[in-house]
Amino acid sequence: MAKTVVQEFTKGLWAEIPPFRLVLGLCPVLAVTKTVENGVGMGIATTFVLVCSNVLISLLRSTIPKQVRIACFIVVIATFVTVVELVMQAFAYPLFLKLGIFIPLIVVNCIVLGRAEAFAAKNGVVASFADGLGIGIGFTLSLTALAIFREILGSGTFTIPISSVSIPVFGPGFEPFTFMVEAPGAFVCLGLMLCIMNMLGKK
Amino acid sequence: MREMIRLFVVVLLFSCVSGGLLAVVRSGTQERIEYQQLKFVKGPTIKQIMEGCSNDPLIDRFKIIDGDKERSFFVGVFDGKRNVVAFESFGKGFGGKIGVIVAVNLENDTIVGIGVTTHSETPGLGSRAKSEPDLSSQFTGLSINEPFKVTADDGKIDSISGATITSRGVCGAVVVSAGIYARLKTKIMEKVKA
Repeated sequence: MAKTVVQEFTKGLWAEIPPFRLVLGLCPVLAVTKTVENGVGMGIATTFVLVCSNVLISLLRSTIPKQVRIACFIVVIATFVTVVELVMQAFAYPLFLKLGIFIPLIVVNCIVLGRAEAFAAKNGVVASFADGLGIGIGFTLSLTALAIFREILGSGTFTIPISSVSIPVFGPGFEPFTFMVEAPGAFVCLGLMLCIMNMLGKK
Repeated sequence: MREMIRLFVVVLLFSCVSGGLLAVVRSGTQERIEYQQLKFVKGPTIKQIMEGCSNDPLIDRFKIIDGDKERSFFVGVFDGKRNVVAFESFGKGFGGKIGVIVAVNLENDTIVGIGVTTHSETPGLGSRAKSEPDLSSQFTGLSINEPFKVTADDGKIDSISGATITSRGVCGAVVVSAGIYARLKTKIMEKVKA
C-alpha cells in the first residue's frame, strides 16, 4: 500500500473511473445525463459529498465502532447531501428543479458509501481527500462525456453549464434521435463507452 | 451491555451533531430559498399580471396567518401608491390543483389581473390557461366579488374550448381568492399601510 497521494488522486481519473471502471451508482448516471448542464451539476454535487464524507469519515475512523459503522457513514453522507440540497436550492434553483429527486438520492449512491467503506475507513485523511477528489472528478468527467454524447445526438443541442444556454449543433433540419435521451439510450451509450475504454486499455 | 450503550451513544452523538449542523444550514439558507422559489415558480406570473408597477412585488411581500395556513401577499405600487395586492389560491382542475395568482386593487376591489402558476392540465388543451391570455384576461377589470362561472354553468366567462373543467377550476380559484380577500381585507390594509 505504498501509493502516493498523487496516485490516489489519479486512479480516479482513469484506472478506477466511475461509472466505467467502478461500475457503481448507475441510477443517477442514466437519469441525469440528458443534458450537459445536468451532468456537470450532478457531478459537482457528488464530488462535494464524496470529498467531505471521505475526509470526515477518515478523521473519525478510530472513533466509529465497527458494528455501527454503516449507520454512522450514512448519517455523515446524508448530512452533506442535505447541505448540498439546501445550498443548491438557494443558489441554483433552476438546476435543482431539473435534478429534483436525484440530489437526495446521492445519499444512497453506492460510489459515496463504497469509497467510505472501502477507502476512507482504512486510510489517512490526506489520502482519503485525494481519493474522494479523484473519484469525484472522474465521475464528473464521465457524466459530462456521456451527457455531451447523448445531448448532441438526442436533442441536437449543447447546453453550456451554469448559463443554461442551449446551442443547436446541427441546424434546423436535424431530426432528434430521441432514443438517446431516453433511459435505454443511456444504457447503450454507457456500454459503447465502456467498450471503447476497454479497447483503448488493451493496447 | 456496556458495549451496547457505547454503540448507542456514538450513533446518538452522530445524529445530534448532524441535526444541529443541518438546522444551522437551513436557517442560513431559508430566506434565499424562499425567494428563489418565488422567483422561479410564482415570479414570472406575478411580474406578468403586475406589469407596470414601480416596485419589485417579490421583495415587497408580507404574510398573514389565515386559520391554520400562512398566506403570502405581494404588494404592487402603481402611480406611486401601494394599492394592489396579489396572492395565490387553488382550484380543482382536470389533472389536479391549479394555482392561480389574483391581483386585486385595494381601492375599488377590482381584479387587476390573474395568472396561472402551477398546474397539471392536459398539454395543448388545459395548459393554455397558463400559456395563452384568452381565459385569464377575461377577469381583468371585474369586481372580485362577482360569482365567476363559465358559460356552460350560466356564468359569463368563456371557457377554453376543450378545457371546460380547467376553466371551471380557474374560476373556482378566483372565487376562493375572493373569500380569502373578504376574510383578510382589514389585515391586508393594515399591513399595506404599515
